Amino acid sequence: MPPSLIALFVAFAKMSLAGFGGVMVWARRGIVDEHRWMTAEEFNETFALCHFLPGPNIVNLSVVFGSRFRGIAGGIAAFTGLVGPPVVIVMILAVLYARFGEIEALRRILAGVSSAAVGLLISVVFRMMMPLLRKRDLVSLVVMAAVFVAIGLVRLPLPAVLLVAIPLSIAITFVRRRLVGP
Amino acid sequence: MNSGGNPILSLVWTFALMSLFAVGGANAAIPEMHRIAVEVQHWLTDKQFADVYAISQLSPGPNVLIVTLIGYAAAGIPGALVATLAMCVPTAALAYCVSRLLTRSSQSRWPAIIQAALVPLSIGLMGASGLILALTSGRTWAALLVTAGAAVLAVATRLNPLWILVAGGVLGFAGVIG
Repeated sequence: MPPSLIALFVAFAKMSLAGFGGVMVWARRGIVDEHRWMTAEEFNETFALCHFLPGPNIVNLSVVFGSRFRGIAGGIAAFTGLVGPPVVIVMILAVLYARFGEIEALRRILAGVSSAAVGLLISVVFRMMMPLLRKRDLVSLVVMAAVFVAIGLVRLPLPAVLLVAIPLSIAITFVRRRLVGP
Repeated sequence: MNSGGNPILSLVWTFALMSLFAVGGANAAIPEMHRIAVEVQHWLTDKQFADVYAISQLSPGPNVLIVTLIGYAAAGIPGALVATLAMCVPTAALAYCVSRLLTRSSQSRWPAIIQAALVPLSIGLMGASGLILALTSGRTWAALLVTAGAAVLAVATRLNPLWILVAGGVLGFAGVIG
């Protein structure tokens, strides 16, 4: 039985509000384990699609998922559930920050949180690199390093870098798969 | 298109374009957000950008919320809403169309090739995000140590990330970071 619009909204709002530091884990738990709206395989397929599209993955997932059950209205219901409540929360925080951001104690706390948050981001990068390192995938590591240097060190604009890097990387991947054979 | 123009229009243009280029999600687009919001448009200072990132990580929800906060800094609540929608709607519409096209027709090997090709790009982008956030102004050696410690903890343990953030906040409050 396909979920109603309200059920979609509520389910995505719940996942979103539970998701500190990433909603995807909760999305899998909610969609696959709790509601059984998708099998694990269907979820992986949908996730892969949303991952290779640009933009926030979980936003893509909410729209693709919602629309699969209830058309465009379903996509909008899931999206609003995902983004609406946290946007309200974060705007309240923004108002508080604008008012109290210069208070010394708060400044120190935020500096600490942001140092730790950067550490978390670096840990994600490291986890994602592990498969490449394990496979000794030198070509991918070089592509990765080139993007890192172009964006992180040289500070080139993102669209310019990607307009070169995406076709190049696809061509390299294509040729390498050809050489390895089917 | 510069800081003298209408910030709402700049926000729409900036984030709608970024939405379509954000391979690897919002965290991979942080260098571009920093470049535009701090260096080009001067919506925030370097320090405020670091704070905004911290707030977005402390909040529940998708990490696209940093865009909401940049929009708020540029043009108040309308700016926050406009920036969030601009970052989400183009890519959501694209995702909707592509999923319609691809439903159950995944015989082609192109999706797999494209996906594999994008992996090193998004890792490189996220690495650049980490570097830029780590080097935002006012970072002390102690702060870099906290960053390194958090990274090691997150890689080596299955600790809930929220506790690592809280620990960072406590260290900050205690004046360790300076």
